[in-house]
Amino acid sequence: MSAALKLDNLSKSFPVGKPLFGPPKFTVKAVRPVSLTVETGETLGIVGESGCGKSTLARMLVGLIPPTTGRIEIEGRAFDNADPAAFGRSIQYVFQDPISSLNPRKTIRQIMEVPLKRLHRMNKADRARRISEIFAAVNLRDDFLNRYPHEFSGGQAQRIGIARALAANARILILDEPVSALDVSVQAQVLNLLAKLKREFGLTYLFISHDLAVVEAVSDRIAVLYFGAVVEIGRAEAIFNRPRHPYTKLLADSAPVVGRPLTAPEGKETELPDPLNPPPGCAFAARCPRASELCRQSEPQLTVMGEYQLAACHHPLDS
Amino acid sequence: MRLFLRLLARNRLALAGAVVLGFVVLLVLMTPVLPLAEPNITNTADRFQRPFTPGHLLGTDHLGRDLLSRLLWGTRLSLAVGFSAAVIAATIGAAIGIVAGYFGGRTDNLIMRGVDMLMAFPYILLALAIVAALGPGLMNALIAVAAVNVPFFARNIRGITVGIAHKEFVDAAKLSGMGHGRIILSEILPNVLPVIVIAMSTTVGWMILETAGLSFLGLGSQPPQADLGSMLGEARAALITSPHTSVVPGVMILIIVMSINLLGDGVRDALDPRLRSGALTRPMAATLVDRDSVPEPSGDGILTLDGIETQFHVGDRIYRAVGGVSLSVGPGECLGLIGESGSGKSVTALSIMGLVASPPGVITGGAARYRGRDLIGMPYRELRRLRGDRIAYIFQDPLATLHPLYRVGDQLAEAIRCHHAIGRAEAHDRAIELLKSVRIPNPESRARSYPHEMSGGMRQRVGIAMALANDPDVIIADEPTTALDVTVQAQILSLLNDLRRDRGLAIVFITHDFGVVAQLCDRVAVMYAGRIVEEGPTAEILARPAHPYTSRLIDCVPELGGGRRELAAIPGLPPSVDDLPAGCAFAPRCDKKQSSCAVGEVALKPRDGRAVRCLYPDWRPA
Repeated sequence: MSAALKLDNLSKSFPVGKPLFGPPKFTVKAVRPVSLTVETGETLGIVGESGCGKSTLARMLVGLIPPTTGRIEIEGRAFDNADPAAFGRSIQYVFQDPISSLNPRKTIRQIMEVPLKRLHRMNKADRARRISEIFAAVNLRDDFLNRYPHEFSGGQAQRIGIARALAANARILILDEPVSALDVSVQAQVLNLLAKLKREFGLTYLFISHDLAVVEAVSDRIAVLYFGAVVEIGRAEAIFNRPRHPYTKLLADSAPVVGRPLTAPEGKETELPDPLNPPPGCAFAARCPRASELCRQSEPQLTVMGEYQLAACHHPLDS
Repeated sequence: MRLFLRLLARNRLALAGAVVLGFVVLLVLMTPVLPLAEPNITNTADRFQRPFTPGHLLGTDHLGRDLLSRLLWGTRLSLAVGFSAAVIAATIGAAIGIVAGYFGGRTDNLIMRGVDMLMAFPYILLALAIVAALGPGLMNALIAVAAVNVPFFARNIRGITVGIAHKEFVDAAKLSGMGHGRIILSEILPNVLPVIVIAMSTTVGWMILETAGLSFLGLGSQPPQADLGSMLGEARAALITSPHTSVVPGVMILIIVMSINLLGDGVRDALDPRLRSGALTRPMAATLVDRDSVPEPSGDGILTLDGIETQFHVGDRIYRAVGGVSLSVGPGECLGLIGESGSGKSVTALSIMGLVASPPGVITGGAARYRGRDLIGMPYRELRRLRGDRIAYIFQDPLATLHPLYRVGDQLAEAIRCHHAIGRAEAHDRAIELLKSVRIPNPESRARSYPHEMSGGMRQRVGIAMALANDPDVIIADEPTTALDVTVQAQILSLLNDLRRDRGLAIVFITHDFGVVAQLCDRVAVMYAGRIVEEGPTAEILARPAHPYTSRLIDCVPELGGGRRELAAIPGLPPSVDDLPAGCAFAPRCDKKQSSCAVGEVALKPRDGRAVRCLYPDWRPA
């Protein structure tokens, strides 16, 4: 398998309290150096709680935010969005909020035509044919094309968003919480559609979500993000059943599951560390039951633990 | 567009303004063809003729020129100049604002500081300076008026653009291969256009006044050319002896500016989405009640709902958000109310204490009894005494429900003092105790925090503390953990569970998450399209759902530990509650549908402590 997407020490810091001239007062590290590879045809799930940097990471991959350090390789070529048309044909993005990602003052047809016109320079007849094809693929009716975004429900709007991403004919899709704004019955429709499209068009997905069960259901591999860094990565079947990192275990134990009695998995009422004043060592140490002096001083690196599984922990759990 | 015109026509004052302005515009457009005297021909023999003199309807001025003719020609000029100035200022200002707002960063900083500098001068001084530099003349006055108004537009439009430039559809356009210029023209501009129109409609009148002001000072139109300002200026000397020469142009300025401002306000009200959505209409203190009969009490819980029906009346449409919901919850019990968005679960909860906004909400039937007393239609004073005291709410987003400008400790103390006559210090101590009881670390220092200084989980704890402030009997929790991360959600749920066991609280817990219901609730009611379709003990319903909707919905929820798989989905969408199908509302999406499902009401049939609203329920043996 070849790599569709390769991230090498990618990081992002945001300046805080920047004066007009001169350096900013603080920097917040939204994403600490992350190295990941997404194989062609794979779905890599990324989970993490709010503020863990998963959206920042995704937006860097499509050039909406420039990275602070590191490099991105897309299908073997270095990241280059100097030519927006060539770039847009290689990677696309599906947004979290389906309604706000559609311009309220344009019809669906106008929205759908832009990528075909700008990225593929198609003429009018070709565009109409291609839009019909794509709409058939995402189970939308052609008569939706002359309506405006506010006339659609969340699930329909999200399918339009997916259709727009497909129109670019990119082989890699970044899905940023594509179903978290949807109801469960509609969520399943969209997830199944995504699975079908992947099979049909041979797509590669980077699937970002805060919902562990959803990520597990759609992904081949899953990376768990905490405080801007990957703390564990492994195969979807294994990572929540046999977590090695205590944070992954905490996440898995916190998810409400039918038939499991209610207990707070954390005794302590703990919170994320302060991003303006990050602790030295492991960011999870303050919440971790296994933390030792070592954890508070040196930051653990991702190390191979068992088959296909890596975790960044000084005191990993037994598998 | 048609909606805009209809809204505008509904505003009487704006309509009056439009009619008057239309008449004036029509008049000045027809001026060249009207049988009028030459405006600039002097005839000193006829000077200062009174109005209604034969041949001079409005009299003559100090040079014997016909006032009516001068008035119409002058109005024509003033309107043209004022309007052109508005268009020029709007175009340049909007261009500056969009560029600054879209690119942001240093570009924004440089442009806006330049605009700020322009604004630092008193506008009339600036206009005078511009005219002084360019020399007097109507054209230069127009330039000056436009220039001093550019900053107003630039700042206004920049603010709107900043909001739009960060919307996801702009990012999507970038990824679709659009360049900056194209994004500005085709994505940003159509969305700021209404704001430009609003800003223009409210400033045209002002610009006409400013132009008139410059002409009055002799810097605008030059003699003998008439405009409203110069007419006033020339008449000033004869203000006492021949007042009509100043009254005539003065009244015209008054009429024009008044009508433009009335129309402008109307345009703004009709275009502004916030005003259109009714943000300015004040909801009533309690939901409107319009019911024919009061049903008999059915349950014996501390809080019992009997056939609650709540509708929203919008225009001539009726949305049946809640169509007859009966529930009962006892002390120490937790009842889950589960459903998808639009199923009516939140409206049911809000109806209990009359918290549904009216208009458009109306409670059209049913009763909600707290300890046997009907809350629906209860006098407002009594209802208010119970709100937050005996029955308290916890909402989804504590950032929206806590006041951003008060410290959380003070807000808690206020909640207590609303219902109990106790001293400030005592209330404060009690507030800290409450914060401690919801396990907030360092309650003394946290009481002095503002809501924005706390994390989502901490804020929701404050929200719970607020609900507990008066030791209520019933807590209605509307998706209290939906906005929280899973690890925080687990903490909050276990807190709620402990509280209800320790204090014997009755909890109505509204959610869309079966996992949460399974862990916290003793009983659960499933809602679909405004009605309860199934009700019973949580464990039984989750293990053996009888209603097809319940069982399909449970199948849709992916469970952790299941690995990669195809998920079950329910095809189609829930029906719109203003157009419910006859018979069972779920029938169009149901795979067990029979022809009888689409005929007549389907009743909620009880059986063995459970109830299901289905003609063909799936009763499976335990």
